Amino acid sequence: MWLTSKIKQVLMVIKPGVVTLNYPYVKRPTPENFRGSPHWDHEKCIGCGGCANHCPARTILVRDLCQEIRQMVYDGSRCTYCGRCADVCPEDAITMTDKYELATDDRKDLNESMELFMLTCKRCGRCYDMETRNKIDRMDIQGYRYDNIEARAFIRKTTDRFDEDMLKSTENFKRPEKIGE
Amino acid sequence: MFENLSKKLFGKSLWIYHCNTGACNGCDIEILNVLTPYYDVERFGMKLVASPRHADVMLLSGAVTRPTLPLVKKAYEALPSPKLVFGIGSCATGGGCWFDTYNVNGGAAGVVPVDYYIPGCPPRPESIIYGVALALGIVDKQVAPIEMKQMEFPIDVYERNKAWEERNVIYELLK
Repeated sequence: MWLTSKIKQVLMVIKPGVVTLNYPYVKRPTPENFRGSPHWDHEKCIGCGGCANHCPARTILVRDLCQEIRQMVYDGSRCTYCGRCADVCPEDAITMTDKYELATDDRKDLNESMELFMLTCKRCGRCYDMETRNKIDRMDIQGYRYDNIEARAFIRKTTDRFDEDMLKSTENFKRPEKIGE
Repeated sequence: MFENLSKKLFGKSLWIYHCNTGACNGCDIEILNVLTPYYDVERFGMKLVASPRHADVMLLSGAVTRPTLPLVKKAYEALPSPKLVFGIGSCATGGGCWFDTYNVNGGAAGVVPVDYYIPGCPPRPESIIYGVALALGIVDKQVAPIEMKQMEFPIDVYERNKAWEERNVIYELLK
């Protein structure tokens, strides 16, 4: 009895043949609308920080080094590839590529950083005030931002004007100690 | 060097112990998917075993939560050396969305030394196979840190672009 069932099994298996993919040698195209790692276009980016506000895992950090230079860092190690940054970007500077072969032995390989010049007002020399009228400024956190990039810490505190003391105080930011261990 | 060493040491077969440290089951299902005939990681001589004492490789999935932390350390010590640790999924790589919550250790890196990271939420079965192949030295690493910088002040670029766009205006006026 068991022999007939085995024969049946073998016949069933013969029908589809070998289905195993020869993956690391032969690649298969990714499905449509597949979201791989996000990629910045530094020429399109205006540095509004909307992606940083909307990232659920806080992978994108923004730090204003001085009045005109803004540093943005994408830490891909904790990215969930949800695609919200690409959705929210007003200039379509972020695209979700179809790269998924991201295995690495060093977490720093997944980082992407960008330094941007921020435009200032030609008359007064400042960037813009914290206003609530335009679309960019209605996106959660406004103004100058001072996230700590080495500790990968998101700091929920911004200023209207550029503040050097704030930049200094966030330089050696440490996360609060964890419970237990 | 590490690739050659791992080729020499584990070339014949890697026995895998799968350790869920608070994952949402997405990565676990993908790991099981890798063992199915369609992806079939057993081509490389891999086999899932139930005990860490039989294993060469530990697959960690999930941000290491506080209750699982001592158990993860125990399981890691139970692995006979030489041992490899794979962090699978965004949670094990960097902590995922829970990187700074009170109950989570922010990824596997702070708890045990992790040799290879496979990010993704969850990673495709193919990217897990890619990580395995990377550890075996079959394929090369494809990612590297990217640094971008604006070298010119954009106002100048803007003015130059505008001048380039308006370069034919004078001829149009002369017509």
